[in-house]
Amino acid sequence: MAHTPQPPDAGGGATTEHGPADPGPPGPGENAPEGHEPGRAGALGPPSWMALAFLLPALLFLGAYMLYPIGFSVYRSLWDAPGTTFVGLDNYVRMFTNPPTFVALRNNVVWVVVAPVVVTVAGLVFAVLTERIRWATAFKLVVFMPMAVSFLASGVIFRLVYEQDPERGLANAVITTVQDTVAPAGDFPDASPREGSGVEPADGGYRLAAQVSPGGEPALVPLVGIAADDLPASAEPAAEPGAAADGAVTGTVWLDFTPGGGGAEGAVDPEERGLPGVGVRLVDDGGATAATTETADDGTFSFEGVADGAYTVELDPRDFTEPYGGVTWLGPTLVTPAIIGAYLWVWAGFAMVLIAAGLSAIPRDALEAARVDGATEWQVFRRVTVPLLSPVLMVVFVTLMIYVLKIFDLVFVIAPGSVQADANVLAVEMWRVAFGANDQGMGSALAVFLLVLVVPAMVFQIRRFRRENS
Amino acid sequence: MSDDAATTAPPGAGPDPLPDPDGAEGALRRSAAARAAARLGSGAVQLLLVLIALFWLVPTLGLFVSSLRAPADNASSGWWTVLARPAELTLENYAGLLDNPAFVGSFWNTVLITVPATLLIVVIASLAGYAFAWMEFPGRDWLFLGVVGLLVVPIQVALVPIAQLYGGAGIYGSIAGVVLFHVGFGLPFAIFLLRNFFAAIPRDLLEAARMDGGRELTIFRRVILPLGGPAIASLTIFQFLWVWNDLLVALVFADAANQPMTKALQAEMRQFGANIDVISSGAFISMVVPLVVFFAFQRYFVQGVMAGAVK
Repeated sequence: MAHTPQPPDAGGGATTEHGPADPGPPGPGENAPEGHEPGRAGALGPPSWMALAFLLPALLFLGAYMLYPIGFSVYRSLWDAPGTTFVGLDNYVRMFTNPPTFVALRNNVVWVVVAPVVVTVAGLVFAVLTERIRWATAFKLVVFMPMAVSFLASGVIFRLVYEQDPERGLANAVITTVQDTVAPAGDFPDASPREGSGVEPADGGYRLAAQVSPGGEPALVPLVGIAADDLPASAEPAAEPGAAADGAVTGTVWLDFTPGGGGAEGAVDPEERGLPGVGVRLVDDGGATAATTETADDGTFSFEGVADGAYTVELDPRDFTEPYGGVTWLGPTLVTPAIIGAYLWVWAGFAMVLIAAGLSAIPRDALEAARVDGATEWQVFRRVTVPLLSPVLMVVFVTLMIYVLKIFDLVFVIAPGSVQADANVLAVEMWRVAFGANDQGMGSALAVFLLVLVVPAMVFQIRRFRRENS
Repeated sequence: MSDDAATTAPPGAGPDPLPDPDGAEGALRRSAAARAAARLGSGAVQLLLVLIALFWLVPTLGLFVSSLRAPADNASSGWWTVLARPAELTLENYAGLLDNPAFVGSFWNTVLITVPATLLIVVIASLAGYAFAWMEFPGRDWLFLGVVGLLVVPIQVALVPIAQLYGGAGIYGSIAGVVLFHVGFGLPFAIFLLRNFFAAIPRDLLEAARMDGGRELTIFRRVILPLGGPAIASLTIFQFLWVWNDLLVALVFADAANQPMTKALQAEMRQFGANIDVISSGAFISMVVPLVVFFAFQRYFVQGVMAGAVK
């Protein structure tokens, strides 16, 4: 492992279990202890010009595709869109003041703060958990698999998962199923009061504006807006409420709509059907619920033994709640977290494999000693495992950070056109500006800014390499 | 976390890149109660891992099943309803794709881009890696540190300059332009990986070869390349998948006639719902080669990816 974390590597290929014939590319650090310095071939070594011949193709490519572009981008970023006027640092100023680029910057910050942490933690958890099971290899293969396929394919996969319609999108199908079990939708979400009938909306349910009293006029609650097909099979033709005896309140809740026309508004007509199973409650003047009941199949209800007074008839909101439509994953607010979810799916395997390699290189004695001293498994994990793993965790974290800074494909593929602006990140904005809007000055400035952002990683990289090599 | 994990999975035991430290029992020989608790906990862990594995598998399965359903079915119901109606599965989407010359062309473009780019990277990086590891020349260490620094340079920096360069040279939009760009950006990692591997080849072997009067190219071919086989295999597979899966470079440098599958499919994404038949089956075809390579050569691929940490 040329460049894997040192502790696992020093463990003698614990990373990937290289066979004897397959030592894997060992880190340069491993050479140092033996005083084994490659290249000091002494008098036997070939002359310098020979080295140049071996290096020439590589140097030409690196010069043409990396060094020259860096210089040219810096230069080009100081010019305007067509490249005719020198504008100094204007492009950089615009980058921070221009709303679209500012959104991209803000999203990049969210990405860099959230994604590497989430992925590293997931990798750590998976690596620790799989230490204890027999099918760990199968599990690791499954979780690592997305690393092999393109971000485009992963993006398509998650466009399907995040489809808004719960009938088609997996994520919302799962969520709405759970939601419907916990809090089922009402039978009559489309209902609305018959106008002019004195029924008014109340907290998601409905109530009669006019109060009722025991033994008085029956309560008529006509509703409309429900398609005849949506009525439960048990619904029977609506019945007039019976005359209320002393201490009783009666009424009918029905669909005040005569199929084919006709019928009087607000009156129970022969063709109309009752709404069964609707919760009805009597609320007294103090706002307390005096009694509750449910309508019968013909829509009638009655309360017996009600104390004297004036009451309001209310219909239970639970019978009228809309079915839950799921989460708008790819809407403006959630699109970035949703794409970070897809990113986790792609990269967790990477973090897991590196961390698992580190874990298997931890000296068992250290863990055993802690256990013998009476530490719980959690304490062993927290106080021994994690500190010993920290160099590996750091490498995973920094690597993820570099990739996250440059994130392009997943955002570009998953965010639908209408929310591309809300999901924007620097790399996408750079492409859009330079090759969509044809502003190569601004595009170059964004590219240079990205380069500046990865410079700390470059320094980390070089210093680590020199430390290992010294 | 077991005390005998180290012995149950000796390093180098097999071709399995994903070590499976087996046996959770070792450390937990305390009391019956502790054992019962451990077994219960292990059951919970297994259940959790099964759920996680499903979370990883099911979305991919969703793409696959969607690609086997007629567009009208995909528009009206979720792919999982197929469990109740397996009869609605059809190969029509794939048949349609194979009849579509644009898509078939993009498949071959992917091949024509990926194979030369991978070969060039491996050859050029092997030569350079050997020079960095075993040849003496002034400034060698600084030059190599420069390569290490270039590992993290974002592709974006080169898009505008190289596009202008290609425009002047008349290769903008061509396959050659895409290939050369991949070579340029693949080299730092490739050189880095191979140099480190070559440097670990025992010094005696090289000195013996040089003592025998072997010329550098002969030594390179007879000693370095055979011994470097595993590293070169890792690099080849890693680069192959990297280039095969690329979207950004193709987006900028390949025109419609030369575009690989990724760019062709990306163009269909604008009408995701309407084009779901092409997108799902096309995406799956584009995944097949990487998946075959991954499962066939997983240990080399995993090594390549891990070597790429902090790229």
